[in-house]
Amino acid sequence: MSEPFSEVRPHFVAESSRLQHTFAALLAAKKGGIVVYIMAADPDVETSLAILRSLPRMGVDVIELGVPFSDPLADGPILQRASQRALKAGGSLVRTLEIARLFRTENNTTPLILMGYYNPIYVYGPERFAKAAAAVGIDGCIIVDLPPEEADEVREFLKPRGIDFIVLATPTTDSARVPFLLEKSSGFIYYVSVTGTTGTISATQQAITQAIIRLRHQTERPIAVGFGIMTPEQVAAGASVADAVVVGSAVIQRIADCLDTNGRPRPGLVEDVLSFIKELAIAAHTSRKALSLRRCP
Amino acid sequence: MTRINTSFSSGPDGRGHFGLYGGRYLAETLMPLILDVERSYSQAMADSTFAAEMRSLLCHYVGRPTPLSFAARLTAHLGGAKIYLKREDLNHTGAHKINNCIGQCLLARRMGRKRIIAETGAGQHGVATATVCALFGMSCTIYMGSRDIKRQAQNVFRMKLLGADVKPVEAGTKTLKDALNETLRDWLASVESTYYLIGTAAGPHPYPAMVRNFQSVIGHETREQVIAQEGRLPDTLIACIGGGSNAIGLFHPFLDEEGVRLIGVEAAGHGLESGRHAASLLGGHVGVLHGNRTYLLQDFDGQIATAHSIAAGLDYPGVGPEHAWLRDSGRVSYVSINDDEALHAFQLLTRLEGIIPALESSHAIAYIIKLAPTLSKDHVMVVNLSGRGDKDLTTVTAIMRGEES
Repeated sequence: MSEPFSEVRPHFVAESSRLQHTFAALLAAKKGGIVVYIMAADPDVETSLAILRSLPRMGVDVIELGVPFSDPLADGPILQRASQRALKAGGSLVRTLEIARLFRTENNTTPLILMGYYNPIYVYGPERFAKAAAAVGIDGCIIVDLPPEEADEVREFLKPRGIDFIVLATPTTDSARVPFLLEKSSGFIYYVSVTGTTGTISATQQAITQAIIRLRHQTERPIAVGFGIMTPEQVAAGASVADAVVVGSAVIQRIADCLDTNGRPRPGLVEDVLSFIKELAIAAHTSRKALSLRRCP
Repeated sequence: MTRINTSFSSGPDGRGHFGLYGGRYLAETLMPLILDVERSYSQAMADSTFAAEMRSLLCHYVGRPTPLSFAARLTAHLGGAKIYLKREDLNHTGAHKINNCIGQCLLARRMGRKRIIAETGAGQHGVATATVCALFGMSCTIYMGSRDIKRQAQNVFRMKLLGADVKPVEAGTKTLKDALNETLRDWLASVESTYYLIGTAAGPHPYPAMVRNFQSVIGHETREQVIAQEGRLPDTLIACIGGGSNAIGLFHPFLDEEGVRLIGVEAAGHGLESGRHAASLLGGHVGVLHGNRTYLLQDFDGQIATAHSIAAGLDYPGVGPEHAWLRDSGRVSYVSINDDEALHAFQLLTRLEGIIPALESSHAIAYIIKLAPTLSKDHVMVVNLSGRGDKDLTTVTAIMRGEES
């Protein structure tokens, strides 16, 4: 049986990984970064690829590519509907990897992270998945329902291929647990700022700041903050304390708003979504850093 | 020097795994909480006052022990094995579900949680949860697929009378799977105040082991009762499997009794070959969903498929992880019964024994109808009558009138 994704030439950046390079550059420039989440094949393969290809030009520092799943337990209604649209449009793990491969044919610098749920990866086979992900140039994975307690069965295949297993830290993660999360992961820390699903509620700036301070005491790793960050103002505020800010639901909602009654993209969808993303990127990059919260370069 | 452990009843291991199955596949937000549930549960198990309080409630509130009834006319009609019915239908609220609810509500109270959330399919677990919450004065929210709300209208009304907030789930297939998703989403947003009372022996560790232990009262009583009536252990035990809590509750105390044959009956819906069924052990593949690794109905890409069964309580595309392990080890045989066979059994038991079984339990009865005639008259079998069928009258009436196929 032939594998669809050949591992002959893995897309490694020589000295340091794309993620390390990106976060180091942001730190050196004293800039906050913007991480944008879109879902592969939402609302269809072509449109999602068109958006994906343009993200680096809009100033996006790191891309999270969502893998559609029938039962997205940690997602609010906006991303649930995105999964349903993507699956209807033929989305799958294999299709997601194919979209990533097409992206990498034009871009070899912007970090690309897969975000999704464990079952499609488990069914595909963790080793086969790691090989395919390396072959198409994936830099990291966030697997929402694979906590560090169970993650070794996937990490053992990701690690030798230079793919980061990125963990989530949440308001319920106490300081005693953080060293365990760090031991079982690499890349950056994704701080989930609320207890709840994606795109439903937002944390206060004070709560975010306190959580980042707490995490900074325990790790030198870059920290990206996400969940409930919907506007350029919230992006600017988040980027003033974290290394980067993740926006997902707000972008996906923008896509949903540009669909006609049959769920097909209206003309101008891509441009509209990209101009919103550009606003988010500018907000992150120009936010004033609260310097005391920065890591040492 | 390691000795091969031949016990079938010693699982799960310290990390909540039954061999390949089980585990804790949850979002990070819930991990600290699930570890807390595990700690609190272990402490409760080591506390004799917890066990005493549980025993007292099961006796004086639930009405345990439930009888083990010899089904004389069914036995004569089938002309083979001697059939006993373990009467979980006679529990308060009409099903085995309340055994587990009493245990978990006691645990929630120990943990200082004032709000209980739960999913329900047929509504039996929802009713049992709402009942115990009323008894304990706790706030109760039940998630139920809107499709199930339609086919189980009476149970919805009962839950509301009991003071529960019943939230219809419109997502996905609008059945038990989606109700579970929505309950987990609620828990993500309410971890500080809320206890999730899972209704079956599935989900993240420690739930499969905890629910099994709370339901094992069924098997322990059966063991004493069958010895009292027959002077020996039974030859065969039979129970229906959705998530599998009534079956594992009956089976567990017998897992290491080599001479006792154990049979789990899955729902074949329109037939296994039709693709429209709920038999995850017989027609599914290994995957990860709702906090555990187990057999799931799913496609080649790992997208979860829709389950089909006439019995709302079996209409779930997964199964508890211990059953997955018992399947692979061969200790329990798993078979299936389709909608029509279950309906026939529903009517037959009602006519012959004056007991209206739940459509879920009717699957186990239907398998007995096939099996008993092939066995000798001294073969003793016990079928778990996990619930009563009053809740299913609307569904069955509609089918008998030809309103739904």
